[in-house]
Amino acid sequence: MHISLRDARFRALVFQLVALGAVLAALAYLVSNTAANLEARKIASGFGFLAREAGFAIGETTFIAYSAADSYLRALAVGLANTFRVALLGIVLATLVGTLVGLARLSSNWLIGRLATLYVEVLRNVPLLVQLFFWYAIISENLPGPRDALNPLPGVFLSNRGIAVPTLIAEAAHAWVLGAFLLGLGLAWRLAVWARRRQARTGQQFHAFWAGLALALGLPLVAFLGAGAPFRLEAPALAGFNFSGGATLTPEFAALLAGLTVYTASFIAEIVRAGVLAVQRGQFEAAYALGLHRALAMRLVVLPQALRVIVPPLTSQYLNLTKNSSLAVAIGYPDIVSIANTAINQTGQAIEGIAIIMAVYLTISLSISAFMNWYNRRIALVER
Amino acid sequence: MTMGSDPVVADPGPRTTRTGPDPIAWVRANLFSSWRNTAATLVIAYLLWKLLLPFLDWALVRAVWWSPDAKACRAEASGACWALIADKHRFMLFGTYPFDAQWRPALASLIFVTLYVVSALRACWRPWLALIWLAGLSAIGVLMWGGVFGLAYVENERWGGLALTLLLATFGIAFAFPLSILLALARRSTMPIIRWLAIGYIELIRGVPLISLLFMASVMLPLFLPEGVTIDKLLRAQIAMILFAAAYLAEVVRGGLQAIPRGQYEAAQAVGLSYWKTMGFIVLPQALRISIPPLVNTFIGFFKDTSLVLIIGLFDLLTTVKVSLTEPKWTGFGVEAYLFASAVYFIFCFAMSRYSQALEASLAAGQARTMGKGTA
Repeated sequence: MHISLRDARFRALVFQLVALGAVLAALAYLVSNTAANLEARKIASGFGFLAREAGFAIGETTFIAYSAADSYLRALAVGLANTFRVALLGIVLATLVGTLVGLARLSSNWLIGRLATLYVEVLRNVPLLVQLFFWYAIISENLPGPRDALNPLPGVFLSNRGIAVPTLIAEAAHAWVLGAFLLGLGLAWRLAVWARRRQARTGQQFHAFWAGLALALGLPLVAFLGAGAPFRLEAPALAGFNFSGGATLTPEFAALLAGLTVYTASFIAEIVRAGVLAVQRGQFEAAYALGLHRALAMRLVVLPQALRVIVPPLTSQYLNLTKNSSLAVAIGYPDIVSIANTAINQTGQAIEGIAIIMAVYLTISLSISAFMNWYNRRIALVER
Repeated sequence: MTMGSDPVVADPGPRTTRTGPDPIAWVRANLFSSWRNTAATLVIAYLLWKLLLPFLDWALVRAVWWSPDAKACRAEASGACWALIADKHRFMLFGTYPFDAQWRPALASLIFVTLYVVSALRACWRPWLALIWLAGLSAIGVLMWGGVFGLAYVENERWGGLALTLLLATFGIAFAFPLSILLALARRSTMPIIRWLAIGYIELIRGVPLISLLFMASVMLPLFLPEGVTIDKLLRAQIAMILFAAAYLAEVVRGGLQAIPRGQYEAAQAVGLSYWKTMGFIVLPQALRISIPPLVNTFIGFFKDTSLVLIIGLFDLLTTVKVSLTEPKWTGFGVEAYLFASAVYFIFCFAMSRYSQALEASLAAGQARTMGKGTA
């Protein structure tokens, strides 16, 4: 390497060092400004505030008990649990709705196809935040009060205080049922492994799927009936101005879940449609020609190829849904962003608060993309 | 599997192919081709009948179109209260901009739309398009701020409504796009430090929600600046939006760059072009051309995302619509107000998405011909 700017490698090295130096200098400048500003405004720094008493109540807590006397750390944990609760439920529901709508768009029935197209075109062209306000307005302004709550199904009440649903009263036998279900799943898996080995050895088929399904559902059913079928529901009942008993989805949670589901489903529908269309017709015909019947052709030939197209964009939709759940702050659902925002307003420690939000989402994003890279490698075409 | 269809085996071609000029044959083929199809058609037709009619009755027949005091909207058996839109539309579209001068944001919005339309025409994809944009954006700046040509000065705290939404989206894209090209080139650079800086930036921004960046701009940015320097709220939000959009656009541009065959780079080097000339004359023109459809899709996402500035208290279209509802006589008509906001956003986004689809089809058609596909 020549020490001269005419040498390409030396030039590249100088250029990189200058760029790195500029970025570091800019960072140092910002940090020194920030330190001076914090000093001047007498704002504390560091994460010591996490151990202090939060002093605000949270309308909605799941899994983690919380009261205003608890610490900021606990409040943030409650927010994180709320984020996960709405994001996980949203992912499951959006996948179901999206797959249904995506397949409906491919339907040979004109009415079904057009309705699905209308769904996709309208919902993905309106901002999610507008949709959230819309759902929230429907629930909080247009549903009747608890006294005249709508009662579409027995035990389910829709009112402007949220959606009240019955809950199962837990009994000891339910643990046995769950245990039987897990045992059934394990046995079904063993059975599938055995059937595959036997087919590879002898060529004889065994209907492992149906037998496995019978095991996984039959064992818990036997346990349930054997225990005398203990099944009692606690139905919500009107008490004073609101419902008591059962479980209530707050208007905020219901609006956020509805908005996230319906919005993300419109994107998932397009992904599913593209994935199915990406599998060429000849693949199906070739599978039939080999003598596979429809379900097998679907499972062994078409789905693996469609999933290869579907999964990467689907994962990024899941990621989008999780990030979009941060819009909860606009309608007052206490997710991690809205709790951190309250903490910032109370303590003035903006940098730490925003760092926490960013760290949480970065962890989620990077884990999901790590998973996606792993999955992509697993299903990628092995080429010559 | 959905009702009445086998989506995988279904013909991926146009679903609504007419089997001839005969409408009865069309109906039989597309609505009643099998007993499952017939059942699905009947069930859906029944549901539409049960849901659509009450909706039309509410939205059109019993709707209140004009009622400045909102009394008619509160009457028993009244339908949608469109009177809210009739009464508050100036505020929703232009915010608190001085009432007598609202022709200025109106004209600015018109210039925005003209710029979009001009940029959409392929005949205008020439270097002078940049000059048109420069002229258009300057004219918008003059109109909105005023202070020259006898226009009264209006500080940007008073800008709002649709005009502000268009402003955030357009200026955001106009600045983020060049930045994103640099980022994409940096991410594909052979220099490791440059590449890692670009990767770090892009993944950091894409990994966090836009809200956290907006919070950062509204509460953290003032702390970053030296004593005595302040930037107003609108500009801070605009900077955050630009930084956000640049990371997403960079990934789209990178996709386009990756699609250009190696031979193009090598040929450019063989004729002795430098790095910047290779990129500027050979690679980027091709890469950007094929990235236009996904770029438009990113624009749509960005246009929708401008609504998030509501959370840090800027008066964009969604905020003005929401604030209109706080007036006592109009409280409780959220559904009508948000339907109106949805319609406005929808018009812009749907037009862009249609344009992107048409463009994709026409670019693909050009590609197919040059590949010599049409041998038949």
